[in-house]
Amino acid sequence: MNRYYWIIGAFAALVALLAVGLNLNPRDVPSPLVGKPAPVFKLAVLAEPEKSVGPEDFRGKVWLLNVWASWCVSCRQEHPVLVEFSKKVDVPLIGLNYKEVRGDGGFDMNKMPADEEKKLALQRAGKWLSEHGDPYRLTVMDLDGRVGIDYGVYGVPETYVIDKAGVIRMKHTGPITPEVLAKKIMPLLAELNR
Amino acid sequence: MIPELGHFALILAALVAVVFGSLSLLGAHRNQQAWIALARPGANALALLVTFSFACLTQAFVVNDFSVVYVAQHSNSLLPIEYRVAGVWGGHEGSLLLWILMLTWWAFGVAQFSRQLPDTMVARVLGTLGLVAFGFLLFILFTSNPFERLLPGATEGRDLNPLLQDPGLVIHPPLLYMGYVGFSVAYAFAVAALLSGQLDAAWARWSRPWTTAAWVFLTLGIAMGSWWAYYELGWGGWWFWDPVENASFMPWLIGTALMHSLAVTEKRGSFKNWTVLLAISAFSLSLLGTFLVRSGVLTSVHAFATDPRRGVFILIFLVAVIGLSLTLFAWRAPKVGLGGRFGLISRESMLLANNVLLVVACATVLLGTLYPLLIDALGVGKISVGPPYFNAVFVPVMTPILFLVGIGPFARWKEASLPELLRLTRWALGAGAIVAVALPLVYGQWKAMTALGLFFAAWVVVTALQNFAERVHHTRGGRSLLTAVLAQPRGFIGMHLAHIGVAVFVVGVTMVMSFEQEKDIKMAVGDQVSVAGYSFRFNGVRQVEGPNYVAMQGNFDLTVDNRFLRKMNPEKRNYHSSAMPMTEAAIDAGLLRDVYVSLGEPIDRDKPEGEWAVRVYYKPFVDWIWGGCLLMSLGGLLAMLDRRYRVKSRRAAAATAGVQQAARN
Repeated sequence: MNRYYWIIGAFAALVALLAVGLNLNPRDVPSPLVGKPAPVFKLAVLAEPEKSVGPEDFRGKVWLLNVWASWCVSCRQEHPVLVEFSKKVDVPLIGLNYKEVRGDGGFDMNKMPADEEKKLALQRAGKWLSEHGDPYRLTVMDLDGRVGIDYGVYGVPETYVIDKAGVIRMKHTGPITPEVLAKKIMPLLAELNR
Repeated sequence: MIPELGHFALILAALVAVVFGSLSLLGAHRNQQAWIALARPGANALALLVTFSFACLTQAFVVNDFSVVYVAQHSNSLLPIEYRVAGVWGGHEGSLLLWILMLTWWAFGVAQFSRQLPDTMVARVLGTLGLVAFGFLLFILFTSNPFERLLPGATEGRDLNPLLQDPGLVIHPPLLYMGYVGFSVAYAFAVAALLSGQLDAAWARWSRPWTTAAWVFLTLGIAMGSWWAYYELGWGGWWFWDPVENASFMPWLIGTALMHSLAVTEKRGSFKNWTVLLAISAFSLSLLGTFLVRSGVLTSVHAFATDPRRGVFILIFLVAVIGLSLTLFAWRAPKVGLGGRFGLISRESMLLANNVLLVVACATVLLGTLYPLLIDALGVGKISVGPPYFNAVFVPVMTPILFLVGIGPFARWKEASLPELLRLTRWALGAGAIVAVALPLVYGQWKAMTALGLFFAAWVVVTALQNFAERVHHTRGGRSLLTAVLAQPRGFIGMHLAHIGVAVFVVGVTMVMSFEQEKDIKMAVGDQVSVAGYSFRFNGVRQVEGPNYVAMQGNFDLTVDNRFLRKMNPEKRNYHSSAMPMTEAAIDAGLLRDVYVSLGEPIDRDKPEGEWAVRVYYKPFVDWIWGGCLLMSLGGLLAMLDRRYRVKSRRAAAATAGVQQAARN
């Protein structure tokens, strides 16, 4: 042993920290909305665009709000899990279609009138669900992303669990994996539905 | 076919690297001439293979071969040719290949410019570089192959990130990587010296130009990135203490310390262990930076697509490269002699203080960068560490360095006298005081921090000029002034040039932080806004078409005192391939100030002819920030080209003997 070995000790500590860091997700920031009432919205429903719904329509039920878009690649990964979930579990799964047209590249938003954007969004979202299966009780359209801002959406997909009193109980960032579903979401749903 | 050749060349390069790397190290250890002789041809072959592979990837970009996944993800047929070439390093895989390319070029450089070095030394240095390259080649081959095919090929590519479609970003990564990777040479020299046990002045002399060269590239690379952020991102800032910026800044701080410590080791034979440790640290921090950027453990603006396997691989590599060299250091260091003794006030003690301060500064940056990770790992919460922390801890550590920059060159080796130093620098103290009192008042407000910054800037410039003038005076001997100036060693001129660069940089930072002004307002056609006496008149926007984007281009008249200066045309660009609109600021640059206007969003999206959110800035002396960096690099370049690095090996040996003599005195 000599007096220079402390350097190796310090380096080992740094490596340990980095190794732990590899298993953490820095983007998984706890939402300040957990424990708060779900922000109110009034958005058009995909299947019936004349009709609009909001969180108060689900008062008294435990429900899930899943943020998705047809341009979102991770949504494709998550989608089969949701389809499976909707077949087995009787919990309303509401889709929040987020910036269907604006979020995608390739459109010059300065040139597109609002009604055309809406038409295009409905068409694209509907086509995507008919291709990949529709797990949602209904999907609402957040064309300009304002509701997304209220909910603190910063990446798609995201999922919120909302209880009978309309309070957000959990937020999951990123695609739902079967593991997340089984270990986190299902136990919480069971507890809230008791 | 060509991408497969590129891939094959990489595999071949990995084999060459591992074979020549281990054989030359073993050969040097066992004194086997045949194996030692492999080092130079091995390094040359490695560079050739990797260059060929890089050329193959470039070719795929140039001909729009979208059957290569990486090309399809980072290029587009509408992309102009220069950005197609730059697209090669527009993503993780290609930039890693660029990194390896530069590593092999550095090794190639060492192989060419090492004729005066003993062959065993060259074998150890090149062998170390070969093994480092082998690690990176394994990394690229197993986790990040840029030549992977997409079958059937895509008809169109996804396009290069629009933020990267800018001349500044075309050259920023290559410069930065040259710097990062360049420290591998200093690292390899340090490892070679530890292996051979010959930690002497000759070793320091060989390492110095290589270290300086890497430092010059790193300085330019960081400055270029900062400048790009300033003119491209549209928020007028030049440094954000983002984890990735820090990742490049930490090796810079240690590299700066290393350059100064090498000077002591060469001239006086002191600080040997310390110098070796710095050389290992500079490259280690470059590797750590790579890990932080590419593993996704920290959030940053420089997001690469992350893949947990990559993180694990780099971590293992980090342990191998840094762990082994530190172990070697801990084993060898106790046997290294102390070198020449020196007094409490001497050139050595001042360079030591400079080193300690730079290392402490680096440690504060490292702490701030890793702190969010530490807090997260302990499960205590999620935090981010931003500019308030860094500014609060960094400035007090760097301020004494500015004092040392001025006084250090006057101090004698071994023992200097304090009264004499004070006498010598009294003019600089006076000049600094005058500038510190007067200049802030010219700009309307006297603040302590402003005065402090300006004091030290003036102090550094005056001491540098005075020190230079004294030396010219003493060595003139009847020659004309110009001849005497030009006859000074390039290392000496370079040092003072770089120090003046530091002063210029300090002026820029101080003035911008003290006197910048900005306004964030809503403007309709015909509206006027003024900032610091500059008046902007908004004449509306019009649509313009670029090769792969459409832009709304604003039209502003810039006037000062009712005198028309120029038109300014900031843009808001929508690239066809991306959802994010890009901001192109319009900047009127000047020696003493920049004025800067950038377009935000139209207030009503459906009426671009209506009101717009507009930001205007007045930035005094902001270009001095990058001008200072340029001077520092220029100084480094001169020092690197100093004549004495090109002397024959016998002279180096003589120098060693001289130092040993001096050490005994």
